[in-house]
Amino acid sequence: MAPDMEQPVVRIEGLVTAFGEGRRRVVIHDHLALTVTRGEILSLVGGSGTGKTVLLRQMLGLETPAEGTVEVLGEPAAQMGRRGASSRVGMLFQQGALFSAFNVLDNVAFALRELGTLPTSLARDAAMVKLQMVGLKPADALKMPSDLSGGMIKRVALARALVMDPPLLLLDEPTAGLDPSASDDFCDLLRSLHQELGLTVIMVTHDLDTLFALSTRVAVLADRKVIADGPPRDVALVDHPFIHTYFQGERGRRAMAPISPFAPMAVKD
Amino acid sequence: MRNAVRPLSPFISRHLPIEESPPRVVRDASSPSAGVRLEGRWTSAQLGIRQVWRSLDAELKQLAGRPDQRWDLASIEQLDHVGAQLLWATWGRRWPQQVDATDSQRSMLERVGRFSVESPAEPAFSVMRGIDSLGRRVMEALEQARALTEMIGQLALDVMRLLRKPGTGPWRDISGHLYQMGTTALPITALVGFLIGVVLAYLMSMQLRQYGAESFIVNILGISLVRELGPLLAAILVAGRSGSAITAQIGVMRVTEELDAMRVMGISHGFRLVMPRSLALAVAMPLIGVWTILASLAGGMLAADLAMNITPAYFVNALPQAVSLPNLGIAVLKSMVFGVLIALIGCHYGMRVEPNTESLGKGTTASVVTSITVVILVDALFAIVFRNVGI
Repeated sequence: MAPDMEQPVVRIEGLVTAFGEGRRRVVIHDHLALTVTRGEILSLVGGSGTGKTVLLRQMLGLETPAEGTVEVLGEPAAQMGRRGASSRVGMLFQQGALFSAFNVLDNVAFALRELGTLPTSLARDAAMVKLQMVGLKPADALKMPSDLSGGMIKRVALARALVMDPPLLLLDEPTAGLDPSASDDFCDLLRSLHQELGLTVIMVTHDLDTLFALSTRVAVLADRKVIADGPPRDVALVDHPFIHTYFQGERGRRAMAPISPFAPMAVKD
Repeated sequence: MRNAVRPLSPFISRHLPIEESPPRVVRDASSPSAGVRLEGRWTSAQLGIRQVWRSLDAELKQLAGRPDQRWDLASIEQLDHVGAQLLWATWGRRWPQQVDATDSQRSMLERVGRFSVESPAEPAFSVMRGIDSLGRRVMEALEQARALTEMIGQLALDVMRLLRKPGTGPWRDISGHLYQMGTTALPITALVGFLIGVVLAYLMSMQLRQYGAESFIVNILGISLVRELGPLLAAILVAGRSGSAITAQIGVMRVTEELDAMRVMGISHGFRLVMPRSLALAVAMPLIGVWTILASLAGGMLAADLAMNITPAYFVNALPQAVSLPNLGIAVLKSMVFGVLIALIGCHYGMRVEPNTESLGKGTTASVVTSITVVILVDALFAIVFRNVGI
């Protein structure tokens, strides 16, 4: 079983992402490399506009690389969107992206029903199981997305992303817009799902509490590259202006309080 | 150990084509009561393949009626929640008497069993509720009529406010809408008008030739196009083009809470959103109407020349005698009313959009259908009121 074990879930090499043409061309990623192995919870951090969400979209095949390769589950990312994609990868969009014309149950069961084979009752039961796994009540199943609170929208979107048990889960700002206790709940939920389902999770987050609570690895995006990559506490000590302000500002210190005192700076080469 | 390997299978699939490991049921041939062994990958992706599902479904249906069966799950390569759900449903939502399963399979099945509850039933249809919804619809129609009337009143107040303090008006907005709804509508209205003119002239020429009354083509085309068809055609095209755009714009602003943001800043929707659009269409619509009339007359002139040898020179000379000036006045007045109505109806439906995609679609459709209907109704009213003028 060894060789398969080593195969990365996501392998990005020499990725160049650029928008616009000619003089308006803006390069977002410049020969960026990143590898994610199975079972990791990787957090992508970086200032706004450093292309974190774009990197997620690259993994989903929603953007096309100008150069380089993006492989997800051993296939080029461009092929992610073909039939049955939700059994390979689940994505939690920042605003949830629930289908506003469907109720909660239909949102979650959508991918299963589109398979066209499973009987309606089975798809409905499977969706109900996922709804309850993310901590919603059966009575919520008939609500419309417009009647849900922010925290519930995230939960429904998570249930929808997980409905076919994909091995890889991408999260874009999973706790943004949630109150502290709701985001703590959401972190607990993600941690338990990670254990139960053996997921690989890649998330973009600005929330340092979430970052330290969940991630096994942190990748920092700056200067169009991954400038630091490793366990959270090691990355926090890397000597780079962005990391300084990000992790060692007031908020960073608070979030890292349990792991201080600081060790001497370790500079990543 | 097996537990640790199982979630890996998505990667194995790269080396092993998916077809090679469908979920399957293997029966022990030695004795009928010996039980079944399940193999393969019991995942939603596999169950989504039609052939796989068909054979498996038939197999499982046979087994469902035999409760004392022995089930061996230990050689399943991968089991996900949908697969577990399928087994659970096959077992009639309870554990069979004899099951061989790994711990992780057991815990997954237990989770599925715990969470498999009846989903709340959708309320069933009843006669009372039918009556109730009919009443609700009537109330809603009345409410809509009230809101539309209110909007007309608000527009009058806003226009008065603009007249009192012209400097504070949203002039940039008005000119932008004038361009969007007026200038950019010129090509399509000209094309449609021209073609209608050609078609009408050809059809008429056949009839008129029978009576030798070819020269009356100018009267027929003149009156029908100037008084009726030109303004109506233009209004219907603009209702489809700009009415839907207005509803969609304002509807999306409602969905994204932009309307609320505007209200919080103390800026009135009527003055800033409804009035500019109404004024722009009130100005643009008569111009587009006249433009459509000209295009259709040009088409009619061309067809008359080709089909009946009525020269353009004669056509142009005879036109002022056939169509008196009040006809043009009616056309302009009508177009102005159409324009205001289209804008108001568009805004009205836009403001009522609820925050979901379905409602946006419904609102846009309702806006276009209503404004075209209203345009035709008002056109009939004009025909009655002005029946003694200009003919």
